Amino acid sequence: MPAQSAAPADPHAGHTMPASQPAPVDPHAGHAMPPPSPARTGVDLPVGDAAPPPVIVDNLADQMFGSGPMQRARVTLENEHGGSRISKVQADLLEWAPDGERYGWEVEGWYGGDINRLAIKTEGEGASREGVEAAEVQLLYSRAVSRYTDVQVGLRYDLEPRSRTYATLAVDTMLPYWFEAEGAVFLSSKGDVLARVEGSYDLRLTQRLILQPRAELELAAQDIPESDIGSGLSTGEFGLRLRYEIRREFAPYIGVAYERAFGDTGRLARAHGEAVESTRFIVGLRAWF
Amino acid sequence: MPRLPLDIDRRALLRGGAILGAGAAVSSLLPNWAMSAERSSLSALPTLSGEDIKLTIGHTPVIIDGKTSHAVTINGTVPGPMLRLKEGQQVRIAVTNTLDEETSIHWHGLLVPTHMDGVPGVSFPGIKPGETFVYDFPIVQSGTYWYHSHSGLQEAEGHYAPIVIEPAKADPVAFDREHVIVLADHSEMHPHLIFKRLKQQGGVFNHQRQTIAGLLAGQDQTLAERTEWARMLMDPTDLSDVTGAVQTFLVNGHGPNDNWTGLFSPGERVRLRFVNAAAQMIFNVRIPGLKLTVVAADGQNVRPVEVDEFQIGNAETYDVIVQPTEDRAYTLVSEAIDRSGMGRATLAPRAGMSAPVPPLRERPILTMKDMGMSHESHGAPGASGNSMNHGSMAGMDHGSMAGMGGAAPLPGMAPPRQRGGDLMGDMGGMEMNMLDWSKAPQIKKGPGVQMITPMPMDRTGEAGLGLESVGHRVLVYKDLIALEANPDPRPPERALEIRLTGNMERFIWGFDGWKFSENPPPYSFRTGERVRVTLVNDSMMTHPVHLHGHFFELVHGPVDQMPRKHTVSVAPGGKVSFDMTAEAGDWAFHCHMLYHMHAGMFQVFKVRPAEGASA
Repeated sequence: MPAQSAAPADPHAGHTMPASQPAPVDPHAGHAMPPPSPARTGVDLPVGDAAPPPVIVDNLADQMFGSGPMQRARVTLENEHGGSRISKVQADLLEWAPDGERYGWEVEGWYGGDINRLAIKTEGEGASREGVEAAEVQLLYSRAVSRYTDVQVGLRYDLEPRSRTYATLAVDTMLPYWFEAEGAVFLSSKGDVLARVEGSYDLRLTQRLILQPRAELELAAQDIPESDIGSGLSTGEFGLRLRYEIRREFAPYIGVAYERAFGDTGRLARAHGEAVESTRFIVGLRAWF
Repeated sequence: MPRLPLDIDRRALLRGGAILGAGAAVSSLLPNWAMSAERSSLSALPTLSGEDIKLTIGHTPVIIDGKTSHAVTINGTVPGPMLRLKEGQQVRIAVTNTLDEETSIHWHGLLVPTHMDGVPGVSFPGIKPGETFVYDFPIVQSGTYWYHSHSGLQEAEGHYAPIVIEPAKADPVAFDREHVIVLADHSEMHPHLIFKRLKQQGGVFNHQRQTIAGLLAGQDQTLAERTEWARMLMDPTDLSDVTGAVQTFLVNGHGPNDNWTGLFSPGERVRLRFVNAAAQMIFNVRIPGLKLTVVAADGQNVRPVEVDEFQIGNAETYDVIVQPTEDRAYTLVSEAIDRSGMGRATLAPRAGMSAPVPPLRERPILTMKDMGMSHESHGAPGASGNSMNHGSMAGMDHGSMAGMGGAAPLPGMAPPRQRGGDLMGDMGGMEMNMLDWSKAPQIKKGPGVQMITPMPMDRTGEAGLGLESVGHRVLVYKDLIALEANPDPRPPERALEIRLTGNMERFIWGFDGWKFSENPPPYSFRTGERVRVTLVNDSMMTHPVHLHGHFFELVHGPVDQMPRKHTVSVAPGGKVSFDMTAEAGDWAFHCHMLYHMHAGMFQVFKVRPAEGASA
């Protein structure tokens, strides 16, 4: 087809052109023609600076249908245009290490609107012989405070290794370059202060195959002898997980995780004759609904 | 494929899907006008006409490309029956709701009294289960329009149908035959679940992201570009929220394999009345081998303009004349803007014919320009006139603009963009703040605003997203010039800027930073006042914005012949200005992407007589 298409009116189009309107011409044809149409566009119209009217607050349809039925309809209207409540349950980690028959989980759920949500988190680990070694549950009020950041406050309750309650303040955010990051500070009922920092990154190898480096650091503001925790950086876990998203919501993975105790915590572990570091291969499932 | 009986009992249809047995309902999936030539008689298009029309909303199973799924239907079909009306007539339409939830019908593009506009909570209370509501209004216009539910997400489930209104006077568009082409998207996933997924994870349905494999293969952005976009947390492949991964794209209720077929005799002038009734998808429409002469937009006649392809936003309509002269089939393609799928139909001289179906083209990626950075003013290829600002454009009509400088390529015919040049480093050292609240003080601050376009541009002269370099002529808004003189030539008395805001990660959408559920003050007007409204897109998605009860004039057109529309697509990083004459009433104003609207991108224009004026 010829390239000069912007074109012009098919003379047979049957449009009745007002005589005052010049027929459209092909400006690209290169013919020396006078400008074909009025030079002025709407952009050239002067725009006044009249003041807007006061904000109108009445609802016209009330006069026709009554304010009761209209009020009910308005409530529905608001709910259906931004007011929806949504829930999500996501198992970030649900995994098994054949060596040592160890398992671990990290699951989070939330319910609410865009700004205010109720969040529940749980994580823990154990081994098939020893049973659950560590388990905690958090109940949090979560509030979106900026584009990518939620702030969360609430309680953490440890079931294992010993029952303990903490006040919790957490931040959940997306950092530049798509780093997922989470930080939390915990104040126990005994006055101990702990902190946790987590970060992960999704490296999309293909549309469905995703490699995720992940790190989690535990910190303490003081020695906590009954938990074998020394002050400062206590433990760290570094993982590399390769998942396949059969569907976005359902992705089995394989991976490797390296765990290590640092500083005084490491020294305490050594003193008890325990290993300071460990590496394990894992299989797991990341799923959400 | 289902084989449909040719003679649908129309009275049975009018009684509604609820009384039809499942088998009978399946066999009446399509109104006759939408029936493919392959399955139906070739007689005139049966429709509902006259002054008294009855519509019944119900649940009906539908079969698309051989698969059965559920639909919300009007008189048992998807699309619903076409209403063929006549300018100047009165119409009474009784709508009966057999659903177990509320429903409604909005007459999209029709100028009706405010209480007949069909938006529950704005114009009327809605139609409760088991109830019948009678709409009663005069038909004061002509052209191609449509109607659909304004309740919940029913439109996504099939609750839509076309309207054709014959002009009272002779039609300025001559044609021998016409077909209505209703484009839509359909998902087997319930729209509420689709919405939930969008909220749960940003970009959840995008299976065309950039990958490491793609990087190694030299595709899409370079590493430097990817790094820069990642730093800003922007995904250049986020083109559509709901994609072909969970949708089938329909033409007149037919999937691509169903191959809806419209007939012609070689040499005939065929008028195609396109309606984009999709819940969320923007389509690129072309018929390889045929020129498309656009003669009307949103039901309003425009000066004929010949193109090879056009992009149609949600709720827009275009009337196109084609004149196939050969005795062969032509494929009609409605390609998803993100190239995740396509609708397909056939124009043919006889039933049962088909033509080659072109493959999906490579999916485009967004550029800095879509963030509202006028990056290509540095002379990079692909700049189709964007480097010109309003000022330099003044005084030129669109025709001379397109040819300006001799070098600017025609829309659609820019050379392919070169890989690797889309970096901020070229911005003259300017460090761009993508969230500078001072640029738009009317915006309510909060997590719902991800970006504020630093330098919004008038992009109405540019080919739509992904059509910059398709190698043939693409329709742009600046091609549209009203055929008839505008009814209200007054210059605007004041200006109003409205920002289209959102957060793609959280799937929050709104106007000026407000979701409708946050109870923003309505946009208020005096009856009859002329206002210049500028829509600025502060997101990286195209938003087709619809104003009820009005036609507005896009200001890039010649004074007195500005094109009149009811829905206007605002390109990413772009802005669009229109002049409107305020009509008394309460009028919904919203993004016509259903899931954006459902997320909060909805507002009300309230228009009342000026204080002291007699009502």
